Amino acid sequence: MNDTSSSVNSYRAAVCQGRSVLLIIAAVTLCMVGVAHAPLPDAGLRTALVLVAAGVNAILVAGRLMHVLQERHVIFVLLAFTVLFFVALMGLCLWAHGDTPKP
Amino acid sequence: MEIAYTVHARPDTGVYNAKLGMWLFLASEVMLFGGLFSAYVFLRVGAPPDTWPQGWLNVPLGTLNTLLLAASAVTTFLAWAACKARRLDQFKLHTGLTLLLGCIFLGIKGYEYHDKWTHYELRLKDGRIAEGHLVGPKSTAEAVVLKGRWVEDRRQLLDGRRSRGTWQELTIPRADIDRMQNYAPRHNTFLAIYYTMTGLHGLHVLGGVVVFAYLWGPGSRLWHVDPEHFTNRVEVAGLFWHFVDLVWIFLFPVLYLS
Amino acid sequence: MVQATTRSIEFPAREFHGPAHATGFWRTYVFSTDHKVIGIQYGLTALCFLLLGFFLILAMRWQIAHPGEPIPLVGWFLEKVLGSPASRGIMSPDLYNMFGAMHGTIMVFLAIVPLAVGAFGNYLVPLMIGANDMAFPRLNMISYQLYFLGGVVMLASFLIPGGAAQAGWTSYSPLATVIPTDGQTFWLIGMVLLITSSLLGSINIITTIVQLRAPGLTWMRLPFFVWAQLAASFLLLLAFPPLEAAGIMQLMDKVAGTSFFLPTGLAVGGATAQISGGGSPLLWQHLFWFLAHPEVYVLILPAMGIVAEVLANNIRKPLWGYRTMVYAVLTLSFLSFIVWAHHMYLTGMGTRISTFFQTTTIIISIPSVILLTCLLMSLWGGSIRIHTPMLFALAFLPMFGIGGLTGLPLGFAASDIQLHDTYYVIGHFHYVVAPGTIFALFAGIYHWFPKLTGRRMNEFWGRVHFWCSFLFMNAVFLPMFAQGFAGMLRRMADGGLSYSARISPGVEGTLSDFILGLNNYILWAAVGLGLAQLPFIINLFWSIWRGERVQGDNPWQATTLEWQTPTPPPHGNFLRLPQVYRGPYEYGRLDEDGDYLPQDRPPVAHTR
Repeated sequence: MNDTSSSVNSYRAAVCQGRSVLLIIAAVTLCMVGVAHAPLPDAGLRTALVLVAAGVNAILVAGRLMHVLQERHVIFVLLAFTVLFFVALMGLCLWAHGDTPKP
Repeated sequence: MEIAYTVHARPDTGVYNAKLGMWLFLASEVMLFGGLFSAYVFLRVGAPPDTWPQGWLNVPLGTLNTLLLAASAVTTFLAWAACKARRLDQFKLHTGLTLLLGCIFLGIKGYEYHDKWTHYELRLKDGRIAEGHLVGPKSTAEAVVLKGRWVEDRRQLLDGRRSRGTWQELTIPRADIDRMQNYAPRHNTFLAIYYTMTGLHGLHVLGGVVVFAYLWGPGSRLWHVDPEHFTNRVEVAGLFWHFVDLVWIFLFPVLYLS
Repeated sequence: MVQATTRSIEFPAREFHGPAHATGFWRTYVFSTDHKVIGIQYGLTALCFLLLGFFLILAMRWQIAHPGEPIPLVGWFLEKVLGSPASRGIMSPDLYNMFGAMHGTIMVFLAIVPLAVGAFGNYLVPLMIGANDMAFPRLNMISYQLYFLGGVVMLASFLIPGGAAQAGWTSYSPLATVIPTDGQTFWLIGMVLLITSSLLGSINIITTIVQLRAPGLTWMRLPFFVWAQLAASFLLLLAFPPLEAAGIMQLMDKVAGTSFFLPTGLAVGGATAQISGGGSPLLWQHLFWFLAHPEVYVLILPAMGIVAEVLANNIRKPLWGYRTMVYAVLTLSFLSFIVWAHHMYLTGMGTRISTFFQTTTIIISIPSVILLTCLLMSLWGGSIRIHTPMLFALAFLPMFGIGGLTGLPLGFAASDIQLHDTYYVIGHFHYVVAPGTIFALFAGIYHWFPKLTGRRMNEFWGRVHFWCSFLFMNAVFLPMFAQGFAGMLRRMADGGLSYSARISPGVEGTLSDFILGLNNYILWAAVGLGLAQLPFIINLFWSIWRGERVQGDNPWQATTLEWQTPTPPPHGNFLRLPQVYRGPYEYGRLDEDGDYLPQDRPPVAHTR
């Protein structure tokens, strides 16, 4: 009996959590669109802000909905390596591009 | 013959097979889209001056799609939570919502593609340039009818935000046209990468919809045999769907807002 | 590291359901989900592709040695099948390029990797870790089917008008995009299929290793082969997708007319191309080599794993530095992701980035040397048994050594300027893969053949195969270093004749008669190498049905789990769930009745 009631409770908690995650994502997305159209002096700053907002959304989806935060060691190690190699791929490509002497 | 840990987690790793398999698949997907994002940044940084367009895409529709996909991510999460709470009715409801939201997303994407596909840039033999949407029914073998505007310089085409509202119907004889090209992938690098990335993402959405349709329909028979196994399947499908949402969360600002 | 303890793991009860004759022919041999059948399917298909890739290069070697002369024996056949590119049995430059591109593609993606990872990985990994199958048997079947389909697409591209891809296995854009045939499109579609196949395969292998290890089989008790497969699978998993992305983009360039890899102002055939431009050829190279460098390690790591197993079994003592080897393999695979641009020194890279890549390239030689040194040191003080698998494994060591050491001058930008794109590179790479990896694969085939069939391959013909292969391999590849130093470029359909002293006598820097004459010498060495494979092919098939039967399930007195099963292993592999008590290489134990202790033999209390 205890088991059923706790699972009902956890389902209610999940509904609450889902609702709040959606609200935050919606708010952040609207902010992002707002920032993108705001008359900011620096295009680089605008891009940075937009990407930060996207990062917040991504963390919410990955951390909460994909429950990475509660995930096991194995998954963390895997994700850490993947992110590392992704950064290496993009970073080194761009570095190579930037370091190429212009004719 | 039974394979171990298809349903229950292995004690020392703490995960069941399919979950680890899905995360490995997602890792490879990160690298797949990572390659495309790297290509995007590489090409954009290296683009010759005055060739990269801005504001060509429909931001309200993109925002709507972002919210739709975020909502569907939440409904998948709830579908999984419902399975864990052993509530099949709630699972059906939320998965149904996910399916609906996914289909609307694809519909909107399709409309956006159509909008771009019928958008033309015309270069006339006297050097003038027109852009606008082709008015199909009015165009004949002799003349092309565009709802659009004239520009003096190709560079004026690059900023899509300023051009709205000044469009009118233009009738251009086909004999005057030097070159006529729609906003297809071949038009420029931005459109090429836009179609490629969103197209690949769209295929993932489609794949997710198919998987959820299966779990919602015939796949749910497993519920009555082994609810825990079924819950695992929902969780793993959900992981995939959330990843698809994650990709869109970055695609939207990268393509629509910058 | 995950600490697996024997006591905390409870396995579900499993039982053995009898042999597989309950299912029909198709389910047993063609659409099987049994990892052993799939492994054999991979193996046979990949061996066929290996032979095909070899025939392609044999035809090319004829053209290199005798440019413009009809190919003997098979010329008429090529003309009949391929049409105008092989008219009158002469290899046209187009056909030469096709064969060159497809030789590389077939050997790397359709022969060696499927053999090393698909065949050996599939067959042995579940057996070695005490699992009854792979974690996802149906995915495993699909993986093989996609591989097969990819192979069919690649082969079909020979028969379309214009023929197969012609831009080398590297498919550099814009060349690959502007060649006006559909061969490249077929190549890309085939590659997407192959990439998907190897992704599914690597997910399966990693999940199997992490999840299905038998109780007591902790990480540091895994056979080195399993570690090597794990590392190789990770490389496939994370390095292949960027190439898939690049492949999709090149496909868009080819089919939808985009310009991802085509620069502004590109001229094709003297006229400006009708493209939007703005793309970057270097982007393709980055994405391609991001895969293709780790791919080299995918080729070599499973080979090292095989050699380690065969060596340990035949020196009758533990491997020297097992832990060091494990860490070296992990370091190696990690570093292999950040060395790729050493293939691109000559693209006009800046000095800082090229310094970075030179540094990482030289660093990566350290774990490679550690691995080789550990294997070499293991020999010291062993009671070595010499037979065919051991001969191949022993030959791997110096051959891979030559391959590795000749890579060092290519890792430095300054010396690479001279050697880039010459036969030196071909010699270096082939020393790693041909007498290196392929010898290791041969060692593996001879070593595990008794487990697959219950019969041994013929020892005499095995030795003939080994000594002839060893001799001719070196005869083929050693002269290429000299040719490379002399500046002979690869990918020349006339074998360097246009740049030779024969055509322009007295001009400085032309290829001398001696260097050019080596071409003919290499040709006959290659023919000899081909003939040396005949004993192997006949031996392989003859031994399946007629070979000498082995006594018992463990003819090599091996310790690892795959030998503790019935022979051949039934569906489900183990009669009872193995429990592991010790590391993989407990050889040379004087306190036991044999000189070895299998991993799953319970420890006995000493009465002495």
